[in-house]
Amino acid sequence: MKARVTVTLKSGVLDPQGKAIEGALASLGLEGFASVRQGKVFDIDLDINDQGTAEAALKAACEKLLANTVVENYRVELVG
Amino acid sequence: MKSAVIVFPGSNRERDVGTALSSVTGREPAYVWHAETALPDGTDLVVLPGGFSYGDYLRCGAIAARAPVMDAVRAHAARGGLVLGICNGFQIACEAGLLPGVLMRNVNRRFVCKRQHLKVGRTDTPFTSRYRAGQVIDVCIAHGEGNYVADAATMQRLQDKDLIAFRYCDADGEVSDAANPNGSINAIAGIYSEKLNVLGLMPHPENFVDALVGGTDGRGLFESLAKAA
Repeated sequence: MKARVTVTLKSGVLDPQGKAIEGALASLGLEGFASVRQGKVFDIDLDINDQGTAEAALKAACEKLLANTVVENYRVELVG
Repeated sequence: MKSAVIVFPGSNRERDVGTALSSVTGREPAYVWHAETALPDGTDLVVLPGGFSYGDYLRCGAIAARAPVMDAVRAHAARGGLVLGICNGFQIACEAGLLPGVLMRNVNRRFVCKRQHLKVGRTDTPFTSRYRAGQVIDVCIAHGEGNYVADAATMQRLQDKDLIAFRYCDADGEVSDAANPNGSINAIAGIYSEKLNVLGLMPHPENFVDALVGGTDGRGLFESLAKAA
């Protein structure tokens, strides 16, 4: 089973890297980018076949390591 | 005082803090590799040194905070043992749950490496008894991710319980946006745990323990520790 975990900054948390990317887009002359927030994507291969077990394992991974829930949210998708 | 400096892959300030500890306490610390599962018997103080543990992969301090030795460090802290986290060590302490909050990228997106004045908070702690409350000290900072962030409830608790150890200020002790090098909430440079036995701070007191290298204002912290343990 494969999974994709997306970790994003909570709203209200300042994202200096996103701001820098916004600035770079503007300096390339690309228009219409009101704001950019940078996050992380983890593509994971699981040795688990049961969906419930996989979801529980991914949730534990997010809470314990992949995300710092003080400032980040996470989303788990099983992708077959 | 028996101290143990934890060494992670990518730590690079362990010798500096070791030198500061031996010059002030007269006793060389033990250097403990991160893969160990126990601290040396009778350890009074654990130091999480500065550096770039695991290349700051994932988030700074995140991987180091899950290293095998950290269970022993958490147990040491739970027993009331002293823990000092400097720079990357502060980031590790936050990620390990020894201190609340998290250190984010500096607001100005720059790595700051300079001398910086700090205002000392309370002095009834094992880390600051040799300073005066409100004393302005001159130390060094060198970090890209020192912007302290915590939720509103945590900030309130830090203030109500007087757990803010050091704040960034100017040479006159004035706390202002201009004197804040990284955008930390409330100009926080360092905080204590509730039991006052864990201190995390971004500045490097170990840089300034010998007049030969430009200052001695960091010495008070190590003298306080020597007195405490």
